[in-house]
Amino acid sequence: MNPLTICLLISALLFATGFAGAVTRRHAILVLVGIELMLNAANLNLIAFWRFGPHPEALTGFIFVLFSMALAAAEAAVGLSLVIAIYRHQQTSNLDEVRELKG
Amino acid sequence: MSTLLIITAVVTLFAAVAAMSLRNLVHCALMLAVSFSGVAALYLQLNAEFVAFTEILVYVGAVAILIVMAILLTRSGESPEKSVLTAGWYAGVAVTAMVFTTLGWAILSSSALPQTVAPAPVVSVKNIGDTLMGRYVLPLEIVGLVLTAAMIGAVLIAFKAEPRDKNQKS
Repeated sequence: MNPLTICLLISALLFATGFAGAVTRRHAILVLVGIELMLNAANLNLIAFWRFGPHPEALTGFIFVLFSMALAAAEAAVGLSLVIAIYRHQQTSNLDEVRELKG
Repeated sequence: MSTLLIITAVVTLFAAVAAMSLRNLVHCALMLAVSFSGVAALYLQLNAEFVAFTEILVYVGAVAILIVMAILLTRSGESPEKSVLTAGWYAGVAVTAMVFTTLGWAILSSSALPQTVAPAPVVSVKNIGDTLMGRYVLPLEIVGLVLTAAMIGAVLIAFKAEPRDKNQKS
């Protein structure tokens, strides 16, 4: 099989795993973990297309992945601080019990 | 090359499934670090060495530790007695299956993918630096601004209000 197809299938499986975790787990931190796995799958896609695409010397996908990693780190920091703030407010991080926006 | 790629992929996916299905959150965070390392190994095999080391630095080094800190601060290190899945998890699994089927169908039936394998590109750190500071200097500055804003925002959101103020208000 074409190596690009193999890479895309791997990344689709990784995305599906992260998505399944993000929509089925109860704990808020694990939802963020699932989102991180999905972002990793997207980055793997970009790198695969950069490596097997027509113009790898232009470094487009490569630089895109570097920027996307920086934004994923920012997203993780803000998301986890939100989880901590919700835990302090409602004494739980179970998403089924967090039902109101009022503080 | 292909066999090694498949072995790395199997380790990565197994760790990802474990990170999403174990009951204890600390074990989940550890398996997540294994999965990130596997993704870094995949990047190495795709000739993206710089991205691989950035992945280890940012994800294994920073994001995994951040998640462990959040587990510590929300006191959720023990395994819960109740179910770890949400009430409507059947729907979630169904949507996941649909998403994966669509993705797999699109990948396997696409005619836009290049059929020939290009030779491995040579990327030096000098090249990356030149590109980042030349053509992509504006996005680089904006990312710096976003990171600063996110850092300040994270500190503000997680900032603990003084108990004295709380008493005065109530």
